[in-house]
Amino acid sequence: MSEFSRTELLIAVVARLLRGCRHVAVGASSPIPGAGALLARMQSNSTMRVTVLGSLRHEGFTSGGVELFDMAAQGRIDAFFLGGGQIDGQANINLVGTGEYPNSEVRWPGCFGSAYLYFLVPRVILFRDEHSRRVMVPKVDFISAPGASEPGVHRVSGPYAMLTTLGLFFFDRERGRFKLDSVHPGSSVEEIRDNTGFDFDCPDHVPVTPPPDAGTLSAIRGAIRSDIADTYPRFATRLTAAS
Amino acid sequence: MSLDSREQIVESNAASSLEALAATITDGALLAVPKDSSGVAMAATRELVRRGVRNLHLLCVPVGGLQADILIGAGAVATIETSAVTLGEFGAAPRFTTALRAGAIRILDATCPAIYAALQAGEKGIPFMPLRGIIGTDLLRNRQDWKVIDNPFAELDRIVALPAIRPDFALFHAPLADRHGNVFVGAKRELMLMAHAARQTLVTVEEFIDENLLDDPQRAPGVLPAIYVTRVAAASHGAWPLAFWDLYSDDEAALANYVAAAGTDTGFTKFLDSWLDTRRAVA
Repeated sequence: MSEFSRTELLIAVVARLLRGCRHVAVGASSPIPGAGALLARMQSNSTMRVTVLGSLRHEGFTSGGVELFDMAAQGRIDAFFLGGGQIDGQANINLVGTGEYPNSEVRWPGCFGSAYLYFLVPRVILFRDEHSRRVMVPKVDFISAPGASEPGVHRVSGPYAMLTTLGLFFFDRERGRFKLDSVHPGSSVEEIRDNTGFDFDCPDHVPVTPPPDAGTLSAIRGAIRSDIADTYPRFATRLTAAS
Repeated sequence: MSLDSREQIVESNAASSLEALAATITDGALLAVPKDSSGVAMAATRELVRRGVRNLHLLCVPVGGLQADILIGAGAVATIETSAVTLGEFGAAPRFTTALRAGAIRILDATCPAIYAALQAGEKGIPFMPLRGIIGTDLLRNRQDWKVIDNPFAELDRIVALPAIRPDFALFHAPLADRHGNVFVGAKRELMLMAHAARQTLVTVEEFIDENLLDDPQRAPGVLPAIYVTRVAAASHGAWPLAFWDLYSDDEAALANYVAAAGTDTGFTKFLDSWLDTRRAVA
């Protein structure tokens, strides 16, 4: 088995989660999802469309900033990524800050399009590059976007999966809970429990996340790295250093 | 000043010096500015800070970056209305986060499509625009100006109504203008939206050209007609140190220096002094 970095593993898992999508969009400050989406497109023999916001090469909009959101409302985007400074067990996400709003102790950039896209894109993948109790909290301090909505609120979708540095979860919309699907190489169910501030479903046997194969790794280190560099030049440089 | 010598005399009433353009923006104005990738008028922002503008209601369309952070740090902003403020790969916006913690500015947190929708209501001259999503968020709880209404055409369908936004000014940077005041914005149609909704639009451009932009059928669909444009000023490298379209990239060293300096009050003051003193030498 070839050596791989955690970033490369995450990129490969993102690509796997996107299989079968016709159009994937990736928002601001999302280099790993962006690289994963470009990898998924490559693996689909370019039948998948990928939009990377802020990219000169991979943003084919001609109707301005509103076009992404109009497309989402019409069902023209199959998957999107959201994150959160805080994420809770009901899949509520907080992109605003901790403590008493608006004078947040820690202030994050803001909600971006989350308060809208979470309702309208069928496959929203929560991605977080930190898995700790300060991120995975019992209850978020501010709901930027809710994991579920009451009847009478138009909602075609909600959370699909959550990928972190330790493992992969799927979200059971019926039960309103996360279920651990796999544990990344080097981590364990115990480590995930210790670093998660909410309860989640967990089968008796949790498999290890499959590592990227040699072909996937060489794609990430070659074409994908240069493809993502136009949007995230600093990330692309680090990607080289990590591999 | 050195920039004046490079400015060209143009025939349009809209043609302006950078200083005069910035002087148009009054204290207390609702000022709409675009996201980094659309074209940020940084040279004009410097003039604005130099003239000591105060009490702005800054509307970021739909997110802000370095420009918002500098305006906040300079004490020019009373209210910021935005879906996010970030320096992208350079990290958090230090003056924004410091000002919020201190309660020095009021924030109207939004979500990107809500800002576009409210501007669309503004450009159409209608009172509000309905928009999906948002219900159940703490954004809505903190926005007294956003209402939830019943869809009049269906049973059991609640939807958010956003009041129209008509900015006093839209300010952005574009590559080209002609001598009639027409401005080329290409596929950056959010700039058109801002200009349509705003009462006045102020633009800096890399250069003026002699031909009428509307005469070229290939270019015309990407042209903001002069009727919307109050003033245009030439500002070569006018988005520096930010990237501008595919014409130039981020000045990474300048942005890294900003982040390093602006984390403290004294560091930001030092940055501001040198920024206001500098006229970037452009070949």
